[in-house]
Amino acid sequence: MRIAVLSGKGGTGKTTVAASLAYAVKTSQYIDCDVEEPNGNIFLKAVLSESEVVHVPVPEVDVNLCNGCGECARACQFNAMAVINKEVLIFEELCHSCGACVIACPVKAIHEKKRPLGVISANCSHTFIQGALNLNELMSVPIIRRLKEKMNQHSHVILDSAPGASCTVVNTIEDCDYCILVTEPTPFGLHDLKIAVELVKKAELPFGVIVNKAMNENQTIKEFCHENNIEIIMEIPFQKEIAVNYSKGLLPVQYDIEWKKKFNELFRNIERSLEA
Amino acid sequence: MKQIVFISGKGGTGKSTVVASLVKYVKNITIADCDVDTPNLHILLPHKRTAKSDFTGAKLAFINDEKCILCGQCRDVCRFGAISDEFVINPMKCEGCGACQLVCPVEAITMDNVKIGEVYEADSDYGMFTYALLDIGAEGSGKLVTQVKKTSQKKSGDQIYSLIDGSPGIGCVVIASITGADAVVIVTEATLSGKSDLERVQKVVRHFGIKSYVCINKFDLNSSVTHDIEEFCHLNEITVIGKIPFEPGIVKALQQLETPMDDVKLLHIKNEIVRMWETLEREMIQ
Repeated sequence: MRIAVLSGKGGTGKTTVAASLAYAVKTSQYIDCDVEEPNGNIFLKAVLSESEVVHVPVPEVDVNLCNGCGECARACQFNAMAVINKEVLIFEELCHSCGACVIACPVKAIHEKKRPLGVISANCSHTFIQGALNLNELMSVPIIRRLKEKMNQHSHVILDSAPGASCTVVNTIEDCDYCILVTEPTPFGLHDLKIAVELVKKAELPFGVIVNKAMNENQTIKEFCHENNIEIIMEIPFQKEIAVNYSKGLLPVQYDIEWKKKFNELFRNIERSLEA
Repeated sequence: MKQIVFISGKGGTGKSTVVASLVKYVKNITIADCDVDTPNLHILLPHKRTAKSDFTGAKLAFINDEKCILCGQCRDVCRFGAISDEFVINPMKCEGCGACQLVCPVEAITMDNVKIGEVYEADSDYGMFTYALLDIGAEGSGKLVTQVKKTSQKKSGDQIYSLIDGSPGIGCVVIASITGADAVVIVTEATLSGKSDLERVQKVVRHFGIKSYVCINKFDLNSSVTHDIEEFCHLNEITVIGKIPFEPGIVKALQQLETPMDDVKLLHIKNEIVRMWETLEREMIQ
């Protein structure tokens, strides 16, 4: 089973939930797909013994063949190429690696070279994998795609998504069996939960909601979920103790056996709901 | 006009709360929300929309069934897996690169401009306010951010400051948000995650040659992390302009759609935010 954990709004507790599930469910694989700001290993503390540089293809022009016609720049939809005075300028960080310029070149003067974009690291058993976008880079998606190629086919996989609702999240949740939407009882949390719900509905994936930092006196998330027939699969209370431990890189599952049981049960419930 | 962008690296550290609070204190401002995936500032900021415009910032391939001869060349060349076995384009996967159009032997493929989001212009008691919403899962969020900034700038008139709420992360949306900024305020929190994310995003801000300042939220949650953040800032010549305590009352105020500036029980938070602004203003003049 592949479970993606997302939220829309940042800081609602995606990593708390994803890392707790990975910790509680034996033989699961955790993949940190928040490649801009990966934080899973602050909590799971895996020994990262393997790493791999993620490369993307970008164009390179053979000046001996190039006639300066400008077809490549006209083909490029991402403003990554310009031809000025018959000289081709390439802005590599804008390149989507689509290969259109190679196709467009009438004299076959363009080939592709490999450009490093980020790094994937893993522990030796590959039960923990994370991706990290290199600094000052724009595009996370190629790293997420590469991370997903490393999904273990024979174990459960927990994918920790980036916040937001754009292409990074779309690529993370694609081909998953279930999505967990983590939210918090604030107007921001509710607003962004609605966006996340739209996203998973568009992707036609089954999902449930976890309310983090839950307070008895605020029922707005519950009311929204009830009205829309969305199942709340867990509540994590708003407690200073949890926040203090979080600040040290410690999750409730790691010091409280009851939470470990709860996350295990959560996982079994999801499994059962998908079988039904 | 001075553009000040509030970012955080890690999400949920309190960017929008800080910006919504400052909006109620700082005079002569325009306001923009560049978190186009999940904008939140408009929730806390009473405003009246004056304009709404569609933003077409991406292209999508369309296959004309009547012309298509099912040769499969488009599918072979597409690097995004966006063309199905039945020759239907998946709009969630198509990046609009046009490679398929280039190889199609019968000109069955067109590239059409598609709407990727909406930009809203609004009046508020505090200043002109611009924000946007990216269509669910759409490509091109960076371009939409740039559009929000352009729209906001056009209406800036003779205001002194442009306060801009950013988004979490370090990638295209954040880079588009901070481009052209006079200062960046990184709102972090006293957690290991907050610190780790601050360190990454700060390097990006520095790379683009923009001066950054730091505000530590929930600073009393973990004094050792706060100490390390201050040390990091000191080493990198970044001024820590504010330290906000862990205060459940802020969450309760937000639940009533109020900021710390509106709630008498949160006077200590209000004072800290005012003090933070005064420090920032002083630093920026220097």
